[in-house]
Amino acid sequence: MKRLALIIALSMPLPTHAVEPGEILDDPVLENRARALSKGLRCLVCRNQSIDDSDAGLAKDLRVLVRERLVKGDTDDQVLDYVVDRYGEYVLLSPRFSPLTALLYLGGPLILLGGCLIVWQQSKTNAAAPARAAAPLTEAERARLRELGIDTDA
Amino acid sequence: MRMIAELGHFALVLAFAVAIAQAIVPLWGAHKGYAEPMRFAEPAAMTGFLLVGLSFAALTYSFINSDFSLKVVATNSHSAKPYLYKIAGVWGNHEGSMLLWVLILMLYGALVAAFGQNIPPALRARTLSIQAMIAVAFLAFILFTSNPFERMDPVPVDGSGLNPLLQDWALAAHPPFLYLGYVGLSMPFSFAVAALIEGRVDAAWARWVRPWTLLAWSTLTVGIALGSYWAYYELGWGGWWFWDPVENASFMPWLVAAALLHSAVVVEKRSTLKSWTILLAIIAFSLSLVGTFIVRSGLLTSVHAFASDPERGVFILAILLIATGGALCLYAWRAPQMEPEGVFAPVSRESGLILNNLLLSVSTAVVFLGTLYPLFADGVMDEKISVGKPFFDLAFAPFMIVILIAMPLGAALSWKRGDLGRVMSKLWVAAVMAFLVGIAFWAFRTESSIWPPLFIALSFWAIFGVIVDLAERVKLGRAPFAESMRRLGGLPRSAWGQAVAHIGFGITAFGIVGISAWATEDIRIAQIDDRIPLSGYEIRFDGVERSRGPNYRIDGGKFTIFQDGKQIATLVSEKRFYPVQRTQTTEAGIRASLVEDIYIVLGDKQDNGGWAVRSYVKPFANWIWLGALIMTIGGVLSLTDRRHRVGAPARAQRSNPVVPAE
Repeated sequence: MKRLALIIALSMPLPTHAVEPGEILDDPVLENRARALSKGLRCLVCRNQSIDDSDAGLAKDLRVLVRERLVKGDTDDQVLDYVVDRYGEYVLLSPRFSPLTALLYLGGPLILLGGCLIVWQQSKTNAAAPARAAAPLTEAERARLRELGIDTDA
Repeated sequence: MRMIAELGHFALVLAFAVAIAQAIVPLWGAHKGYAEPMRFAEPAAMTGFLLVGLSFAALTYSFINSDFSLKVVATNSHSAKPYLYKIAGVWGNHEGSMLLWVLILMLYGALVAAFGQNIPPALRARTLSIQAMIAVAFLAFILFTSNPFERMDPVPVDGSGLNPLLQDWALAAHPPFLYLGYVGLSMPFSFAVAALIEGRVDAAWARWVRPWTLLAWSTLTVGIALGSYWAYYELGWGGWWFWDPVENASFMPWLVAAALLHSAVVVEKRSTLKSWTILLAIIAFSLSLVGTFIVRSGLLTSVHAFASDPERGVFILAILLIATGGALCLYAWRAPQMEPEGVFAPVSRESGLILNNLLLSVSTAVVFLGTLYPLFADGVMDEKISVGKPFFDLAFAPFMIVILIAMPLGAALSWKRGDLGRVMSKLWVAAVMAFLVGIAFWAFRTESSIWPPLFIALSFWAIFGVIVDLAERVKLGRAPFAESMRRLGGLPRSAWGQAVAHIGFGITAFGIVGISAWATEDIRIAQIDDRIPLSGYEIRFDGVERSRGPNYRIDGGKFTIFQDGKQIATLVSEKRFYPVQRTQTTEAGIRASLVEDIYIVLGDKQDNGGWAVRSYVKPFANWIWLGALIMTIGGVLSLTDRRHRVGAPARAQRSNPVVPAE
């Protein structure tokens, strides 16, 4: 029951306040970079929210961490590497391309390619085959047409 | 009074029995060619609807009268809750929403029984029989795992209330519309399976399926738009789409239903693409079931899933596997017999619609992959990964861009053999106009890169393309004006529906580009009388006032907005505290307009006496939902087309002597 209550509590969306005034960096360029990075990092204790959107304590810690690294002069990639080293790939909302995620990234284009091939193949066979006659009428339809005075047997 | 709930429970059990009979008898009758058993389907469908309706009414009664001896009422309602939300509370929980789900399923069956008189008896009997099989599965699910009429002992003095976030008009209306859409897709599914059993798919079949798909797609559009609008104004930072698993669960059936709408046109007009259309009908409803599974199994973490337990998840998974697996096996067996009849050239309306289907299907596949990939990575490769908004934005957008480019071209091509050169010679006006709009945006929003104006131009290309095509079709400017107007009035409703829905799509795209590219924000601690400059406005913080709502306390932050030194509006941004649930919600202060929304959120009080204040300017936000509304109107217009009401196609054609139907 306790676990259920926890699930319910976690599953409810909460109005969030996210970035707090005190966290914001004075340098607007750095702050913009921090915001952009935050949007791609997952709040680990939330359900499907970025740290930019979440007001969980851990999200705040991560936001502050990202800003600290930026102030120290890290590049965006260095910041991400640093965070991934500590929290794992799970923290990235857009996973990096790797053998593991290849299907995720290539799935769409591959299906599109396959679809195009099928359409192309079909159109070739369609063009080769003569137009088929419409399906023959069923007995019930013939009867109905006879009722209407149309003879289909001729 | 408490007996009412027993009555509801009893009606539900009866409906289960009726559905079992309806699943077997008409199917057997159709197989043997016996008229009487086939006819049994209609009274059975009506009775089933009435029984589930009775059951639903009983549950609603228990909610309104706060019968806390029912577990769902006790855990989801409260005596001090406003009337509207007592009713909305019926479907604000797992059990009640499943009952609504089945009620709508039965409603569709009853509608076929009532209005499907022009459908051949065998097809009708088989369709209603398949529909009843779905009903049997879900009634069993309700009765055995999620009974809304379960009692509680001892009876609590008062209920624990509905989640305050759900106490909102848009979210109260969201599930009924969503389910009308979700569950409505069971209709094309049942028609498809019935047609597979019969081994016969023709233009008439497509005409019978289309209205149900249209109805489902239109209501699903409303449902999704309501959910998105609610998220925008309620969740507190103006996000309107999160690519959350639950959102994706409703979005995938929407995309496939849109594809199905288009492919059914090809079956109807050109008697080709039959087996693909059948497959889409099966996939559309299967994705609805996947959505139901995602929301209720708790397998995927989402910000707004129902409280869930594994037993229910397994049950729905079983339904999903049997329905989808069974239908696909039948498809593999029967579909090869359905050969295309109409041939067409590579450049033609047909090919345009195939491109549409290809793009919509692949974009659905991308959403599907992204939604389920974390599960796959965890289960198969034991790796934990996240797939969130940044991925979806990147992976999904290209397909929508191609759709925007291709939509006006495809719609203007003629059937069988089209000519892109001729289409462009008609539509170049639209292209030039769209380009000019793009230039104007680039000039006025100088801080932006080249991309947003380009996408704006694309959205307007879609909108203008439709309008120019319409103008061409009625020979505007080439024929006398009165003649053009007469032609415009003579266009079939389906042509109007198509045009309006396409314009709606362009408008939604425009809103999405606008809000994504040019939203601005300011986050600060504001003291009383502080002025916040933002995007040409000045926002003055006038202080916070305390007051009371029906079942909550309010901290109302007051703001005055100035533009060029002149006061243009005052806003109240509320923080609400619900003592029953001990939770807090925000009601953002929004000054809505078609150009941009000013969106202010009051945060927490600070130690120094100031308040955290978040202000946003959201350009063109409302066009997103306006576009959705227009798409829905397009769907409904198409739904009222003559040929969906008139049985014989010949009669429908004769009634439109002015303009041949497309």
